[in-house]
Parts: sequence; structure tokens; C-alpha cells
Amino acid sequence: MSSDFTDGDEPREFVHDDDGGPDPETHCGHGRGGMGEEVRRKEDKRFITGRGNYIDDIKKPNMLFCDIVRSPHAHARIKNIDKSRALDVDGVVAVLTAEDLLEHDLATMPTLMSDTQDVLVRDKVKFQSQEVAAVIAEDRYAARDGADKVVVDYEVLDPVVTAEEALKDDAPVIRDDIEGQTDNHCLDWETGDKEATDAIFEEADVTVSEQMLYQRLHPAPIETCGSVADFDPGKDKLTVHMTSQAPHIHRTLFSQVSGIPEHKIRIVSPDVGGGFGNKVPIYPGYVVSAAASYVLERPVKWIEERSENIQSTGFARDYDMTGELAATEDGRIQAVRTDVLADHGAYNAVAQPSKFPAGFFKIFTGSYDVDAAYGSLTAAYTNSAPGGVAYRCSFRVTEAVYLIERMVKVLADELDMDPAEIRRKNFIQPDQFPYETPTGWNYDSGDYEAALDKALEMADYEHYREEQQRRIENDADKLIGIGISSFTEVVGAGPGKTCDIAGVEMFDSCDIRVHPTGNATVRVGVQTQGQGHETTFAQIVAEELGMDVDNITVEHGDTDTDPYGLGTYGSRSTPVAGAAAAVAARKVRDKAKSIAANELEAAEADIEWDRQSGEFHVAGAPDRSITITDIAASAYMNHPASEEPGLEAVDYYDPPEMTYPFGSYIVVVEVDRETGEVDFEKFVAVDDCGNRINPMIIEGQIHGGLAQGIGSAMMEHVTFDDNGNVTGGDFMNYLLPTAKEIPNFETGHTVTPSPHHPIGAKGVGESPLVGSPPAIVNAVVDAMAHEGISHIEMPMTPDRVWETLDSVGLSRDPSDSFEIEFGDTGAEPADD
Amino acid sequence: MSTKDITLTVNGETHSLTVEPRMLLIHAIREELDLTGSHIGCDTGNCGACTVVKDGEAIKSCLTFAVQADGSEIETVEGMEDHPDADGGLHPIQEGFEQEHGLQCGYCTPGMIMAGKAILDENPNPTEEEIREGISGNLCRCTGYQNIVKSIQYASDKLDENGEVAAADGGRAETDGGFTCGVENCCGGTGFDHTGGDNE
Ligand code: FES
Ligand code: FES
Repeated sequence: MSSDFTDGDEPREFVHDDDGGPDPETHCGHGRGGMGEEVRRKEDKRFITGRGNYIDDIKKPNMLFCDIVRSPHAHARIKNIDKSRALDVDGVVAVLTAEDLLEHDLATMPTLMSDTQDVLVRDKVKFQSQEVAAVIAEDRYAARDGADKVVVDYEVLDPVVTAEEALKDDAPVIRDDIEGQTDNHCLDWETGDKEATDAIFEEADVTVSEQMLYQRLHPAPIETCGSVADFDPGKDKLTVHMTSQAPHIHRTLFSQVSGIPEHKIRIVSPDVGGGFGNKVPIYPGYVVSAAASYVLERPVKWIEERSENIQSTGFARDYDMTGELAATEDGRIQAVRTDVLADHGAYNAVAQPSKFPAGFFKIFTGSYDVDAAYGSLTAAYTNSAPGGVAYRCSFRVTEAVYLIERMVKVLADELDMDPAEIRRKNFIQPDQFPYETPTGWNYDSGDYEAALDKALEMADYEHYREEQQRRIENDADKLIGIGISSFTEVVGAGPGKTCDIAGVEMFDSCDIRVHPTGNATVRVGVQTQGQGHETTFAQIVAEELGMDVDNITVEHGDTDTDPYGLGTYGSRSTPVAGAAAAVAARKVRDKAKSIAANELEAAEADIEWDRQSGEFHVAGAPDRSITITDIAASAYMNHPASEEPGLEAVDYYDPPEMTYPFGSYIVVVEVDRETGEVDFEKFVAVDDCGNRINPMIIEGQIHGGLAQGIGSAMMEHVTFDDNGNVTGGDFMNYLLPTAKEIPNFETGHTVTPSPHHPIGAKGVGESPLVGSPPAIVNAVVDAMAHEGISHIEMPMTPDRVWETLDSVGLSRDPSDSFEIEFGDTGAEPADD
Repeated sequence: MSTKDITLTVNGETHSLTVEPRMLLIHAIREELDLTGSHIGCDTGNCGACTVVKDGEAIKSCLTFAVQADGSEIETVEGMEDHPDADGGLHPIQEGFEQEHGLQCGYCTPGMIMAGKAILDENPNPTEEEIREGISGNLCRCTGYQNIVKSIQYASDKLDENGEVAAADGGRAETDGGFTCGVENCCGGTGFDHTGGDNE
């Protein structure tokens, strides 16, 4: 498959000029909208004119609304549910509880890690906002009125909301529904060579250690989750329109949960308003709307409110990590050791390939050539929403990168070395690829120093180092900090033999049909939530078939028409479905050659395809040529006897390996000693995602991920009080950055193609959120490192930064300067 | 539940509705009038996905009851192509979002476009800081805002160019209260100030 390269298909570098535009000197950019061209997005028109079709825009005749009654308590036993007053409300059609679902065998659903979660609470509430009952009514106001009238009698139990508390001997047991479970321990995991690692630590010149919490975050796409279920009793078919990043696997799971045969279920993921991992799991609301539609034989819509979204759907992170490095005194890192305490919430519902209970966290040795590594992890159940989803992340790579990139800074400070220098000293070198890490990854390709050098130059690194020194010497009000992160990513899960979701191998697919008039419909097994697939995949096919991108339509998100695929998350669309698109296009091209031979009256072996012109011609006679448009016509109107009519192909691509994008980010901050506020002076991101398909879309993705990185580092945190109340559970309290908190980013790139990917691409979407938080924290720490500060926890709110400044005597008392300013103003009134 | 009769003029078209007093304006627009371009992204008035222009001012239509908007003129993203500045195609703000890649999932986009319109109506040549301030009530989780700012700048430049061309016939900037927007039953050149004057 991927090794089967023809016609110059081997992964080579597609070069762009510095603006990211096509380079006329290379294969790239032949003006048809292929690889490397900044094609404007095909999907935009409907979104900018208000014609998008998101879940809440779907309206069906006779449609009912579902509202969910949620528990106000984090831990409580349900003694009684009284529906009667709710049923009296005008417009209420039905009230469902676990008992009703039990009749249809729908009371529980499997999580992605094969835990069993209540659809509606059967016995005991395990987190605040857990789903207790569902009210189905004629409109959304009536449904809410009904929900307000459902009376639930709770016996309140002691909650436990942190992993540390949960693992104490006297902690209340949350999961007494699991046979034999007598504590809140969820799972243990380890990786690497403990003995070898410990031995190095014992002998090492220098060791450093730091504890750091990657706090609980929520992906919080601006569109919440929702569904419109529509059971057709005439056809015995259940259609569920739902906010799904993975419609095919959701169909399989729906079939398993409901017992409805899979061919009688259709999942449609319409336009989705952002996913970021939040829309990978199945949530009770989807199941309830489907059950209600099945029972009532009417379409049922469920739309989540924002607070329900943050409080009950998949959170991310919540890894409390200890990192340790062992190094020589001149800064060579010899070993990495880490121990993690993970909070999985009330159910084990982390969203990751099933053989990876800690996701891809074992990539914590990062970009560095170390001798040994060992990692261990314990996960606990707590009275909080289930989660641990991969928020713009390949399954915990974000936590791993944070750990190693923070620790490198800690070591650099300990050794008084420049953080750029220490990285350079430890990078895996270009000639070491493919490189096997101590924890068993097989990195495909990389040139880490090139990316770092480019970033240093773009950031004017030396200048800011001097400025930093000057500010320290002048005892200035604002300190400068410079943070670096030189991350290595792992994306593109499969291969299927190691990666599966609920048993289904993680391949992906593409189906190309070229029509008689020379245009094509392309269907993919992945699903876009803003990534621009309708454009990117069209560009891949345009490149590989010599077609114009305008003549290609990409469809996705409908299990009735699209080939089975595992969905879009963990930056896997380009590495896996993008590969499938290229391979399927090459299959079409092979058949096109046979048709060309017939039309040009030559032997098939003599037909060549010219990437630049996009035409097929007889070897040595470029004039005897034919376009894909004419070939398409012949495929239906004059097909060769040796071939079937038609011109189409499908490819199910099981990647031989994952891909390993990388990059270097440099952040320069100004820290206000008086207020603790952090300003971004400069934010440079150099990414290497292999060959680039649409530089404009890539840059857009990088901007978005960097903004989420700033949110993670500076603002976002799902917090709880001791009673298990979510205190960071809506947009008043869970703060997303606005246009005022986000600076302008300077992006750059290097290109190191993936050697095993058909078009040499690696994937990029998650890189900026994976790579940026450690750069930001490193920058703020760097501003205070001269006074011995080695770490600040995220989110670095002004009060937290101010207290850190204060702890080493770097804070400025606001009142002092207020007096000074006041005095100044008195003497010389300011006129602005 | 009691109901009330109201009149809403949306994108130049007048609608008579009978609504419960508690119905939010965003629900009236989306569900009664089937204009689903404006979205809902939160329950606390923070996200701005529901932003529409009401009587010349950008508002969050989830924080307003439909009855409070009785008699008002509302513009939503669906009306932008009919705006005279659109010249039969996309409005320059819409064009800006497309050209500058100002959107990804598109969910915040209609609200951003309407917020952008209100900014430019009030101040045709905003600085970057003024644009960032002007859209700070609108959350976007996808773009990092940089290209949204550029999209609005694109529109500002384009409207300037158009204005310069129009200046030969009297000028866009001078048309306050004196031009007809071209939308049926809309301003008729009088009541409704498309150039962002201070009729509030
Ligand atoms: S829906 Fe969020 S502000 Fe209106
Ligand atoms: S484009 Fe997705 S929220 Fe703005």
C-alpha cells in the first residue's frame, strides 16, 4: 500500500515560497489547487452566509424536545423520583427514568474504556450534574418547565473530588456498583525500564525534580453537544443526527447498546461547531433522545446548555505529575522518571485506544536522546464528571510534552545553562531517524535543531536575553521572561494492530467516484469540526489526479453513504484518511492509465502521467496526451474491454506507523511586578508537519491551538468546592480567552516529510496546544528564575503570579507606586 | 402561559409574532422565524454567538426577551448579502472572513460578522486594538482571533475603497440618513441608520 509508490509518488518535499504559496519551480502548485496551495475553503460560503446546518438548526415535523434533570449533589443515593407534577405540565409528553430505560435494556452504556455508565442514574449519583431523568415535551420551554417539576428525593453522601483524597483509606467508595471494588482505585500503569533508570539516577552528577499539576480543562467548543433522533417505524430505522467526531464508531456503539442491527442505524454528524475531543465520547443525552424517539415514534431533539456541557461531558487532563531528570554536569540528559496521579472522574471514560490506559503519555522523553526512562501512573475515581478526553491531543501527549519541556527548563536553571543550548545538546539528531525511544516509540523523521534555530532567529532571542538582563539590573517594574518548548508529537493513530477504539482497528478510508463529466465526489471516514476537510481532501485528490480542486466535492459525516472510518481527533485525519485519499486517487489513476492507453492506442506500460500538467501521455510523445476529464468520459462511454466501466476506487488505509510532527515555540513575556499580569511580547511558533497541503489552513489551526494553549496556561480550570460543586462550570467561571488576551502570533515552518506517508504529511492540528503551554510557563518562570523560582502552576492567574513574585521579594506593592503616581499627578497633571 | 403580540422587522422584512413573554429573542429569531444563522453558545451571556444588530447596535439576543425587541429593526447574518455594501454578492465583511480565513468551524462566525458590522458602522477605520475590543464579547475557540481581526480590517479597507469610488457621486460617508438601503420595507433612507450614526 504505502510502499507501492508509482509515478514519483514517493514522499518527497513539496516546497513552498516563504508566504506559503506555491513554488513555480517545484512540483508544488500547478494552479489546480493541489498540494501546497492556499486554496480558500470550500466550506466557508455556507458558514459566512448563515446557511450552516448545525445540530440545533435541524427541525423535523412533529419534533419533541428533551431536557435532562440533573443531580445537584455530587454523591447521593436516589430514594425516590416523583414524575407526576412534571407530567401535569402543559406540553410534557413523557418523563423517563432509569426504570423506563431498563425496560428497553438501555439503562447503561459502555464508555470508550469499557466501563459501564448509567444513562440515567439507577441507584447512586456519582457526580454533580449527572443525568437523573429526562423530560420529553412539545417545545424546549415546556421541557424545561417539566424538568423543574420532577421531584427527586436524595440521600446525600460524602463526596470526594480530588484523586489524592479519593485514595485515602477512609474515603467513601464511589464505585460500589463494580463487583469487588472496595476503594477508589481505578488503574495502575507503568512503562520503561525501572531498574536501568533508577541506576542512572543513583549515579548521576545532577538530578532535578518538580511536581506539576496539569489542571482539569474542558475543550469547550462554542457549540455544545446535541442530537436529533428520528426513529422511522415504517423502515424500522433509527437515524441519529448528533454532534459526533466519530460517527461510524458511534453507530457501532449505538447498535451494541440498543440491540438495533447496525444496518438499521444511520448516524449523521452535521456541521459541527468545534469538537476538540469533547465530541468523541457517547453521552447519555444522545442515548436518551434515541430511546425516546424509538418509544414515542417521533423525532426528539436534545441540546445541551453550556453549563451542562462543562459540568457533565468529557473534561481533559487532570494529571498530577512528578518529573525527574538525571544529567551530567555539562547538561546531557541521561534519564527521565515520572510518576502520575490521574483523576478519571466517576467512570473510566478516558477517550483513547484501548491498549493505552495512559494514552500516549509514554512519549515523555520528547525530543531528546536519553539512555533510559521509566514512568508510572495511578488513576482514581472521584465524584466528578467522567473524562480524560484528548482535548486537541493525541491521548495524553499534551501532558507528556508539558512534563518534559518543563523539566528541561528546570534542569537548565539548575545548571545555569541557556535553555536553547541544553536542548541543542540533547536533541535526537537527523541521522538517528528512524529513532526508537526508551519507551518504545519509533519516530519517523525529524530535524529538531533546524526548527529551534529558525524560531530563535524569528524571536530575536539574543536581543530579549539582553533586555531581560537590563531589566533585572535596573530593577524595572516589568520583568522579561523567555520560554522555549521544542516538542515532539505523536499523531495519526493506528496502526490497527496496536490502536483500536472499542475493538475496532484505527484505520481510515476514502472513496472516490469520478463522474462521466469529469468531476468527482470524494467521501471520507473522518469528520470535520472546522479543520477544513472539504478543502484539504479535495486538494489531495486534485494533486493526485491532475483535476481542478473546484471539480471535487468532499462529503463526510453520514454513515449511510461514507466509508467506515474512525473519525477525527488526535490530528489523525491527514495522517490516516489523507493517506487513504492519496492511495485511492492513485488507484483511480492506475485505471485511468488503462483507459488512456485505449484512447491513445498505446500499450498501458507506455502511458505516463505528468504531475505538472495533470495529463496522461505516451512515453516520449508528450503531444499524444489526454486529460482526466476525457478519460472520465471514456470510462463511461467507451470503456476498454479489459476494464469494468466506471472510474472509482476506495481505500481503507491502515498506517504502518504513527507520524511525529515537531516544532519549536518561543514565548517572550513581560511580567508586571505590581499586578502579576503577564503580557505577551512575542509569540513565535515554528512547526514541522511534514509536507503541507494548505498552508493557510495550517496556519489557522496553529493560531487556534496557540490561543487554547494560552487559555490553558493562563485562565482555564474546572474547579470544585469541597462539597463537589463545580465552581468553574460555565462561561462566567470557566474563562476562555477573548481577542484581548490573545496576541498576534508569528508562525514559521520547516519541512521534514514523513517517510512512510504517501504524501509525506504528518498532521498538525493539535501541535500548537500540545507544544505551547510549557513554553508559556517556562517564560513566566524565566522572568523570576534569577531569584530561584523553578515552577508556577497553571493557570497562571495574576494573583498566582503576584504571589510567586512576592515569595522571592520580587513583587511591588501597588500602593507604593500609587502614591508615587499620585504625587506625580499632583505636581504635573497628566493630559491624557 | 399568557402570550403577547409583537412585531419584529428582521433584515427588512416585518413579522408579526405571538410569543410568551419569557421567550428569548434568539429563540424567536431561530425558531419562530427559522433564521438559524445566529447561534447559541452559552447560558450566561458570555459567548456572543447570538449577536445580532438591533436598531444599529450589536446586542446579544440571548440576553433580550423577544417582547423587549417589539417594534425594532434587527439585522442578522442572513441579511448581509442584501445590504447595499454587498453589491449583489457577499458583504465586504463576509468576503473578509473568506479571504483572510477568519473562520474554522463557523459557529461563532455569524455573531462575529454582526459584531464586526457594528464596529465598522460606528467607526469605519478602527485600529487593531479597537477591533479586538469590539469583538471581545464574542468567543471563538477555533481561530485565535488573529484572522478574525484581519477579516474585519479587510472589510474596512474594502468599504473605504468603495467609499472612495462612491465619493464621486456624493460619497458613502456623507449619506447619513440620506441613502436608501435597498432592502424592501427597510429604512427607505430615513429611520434606519446603516452607517452607524447615533440613533440610539
Ligand atoms: S448565547 Fe452566548 S452570549 Fe448569547
Ligand atoms: S470558528 Fe469555531 S468558534 Fe470561531
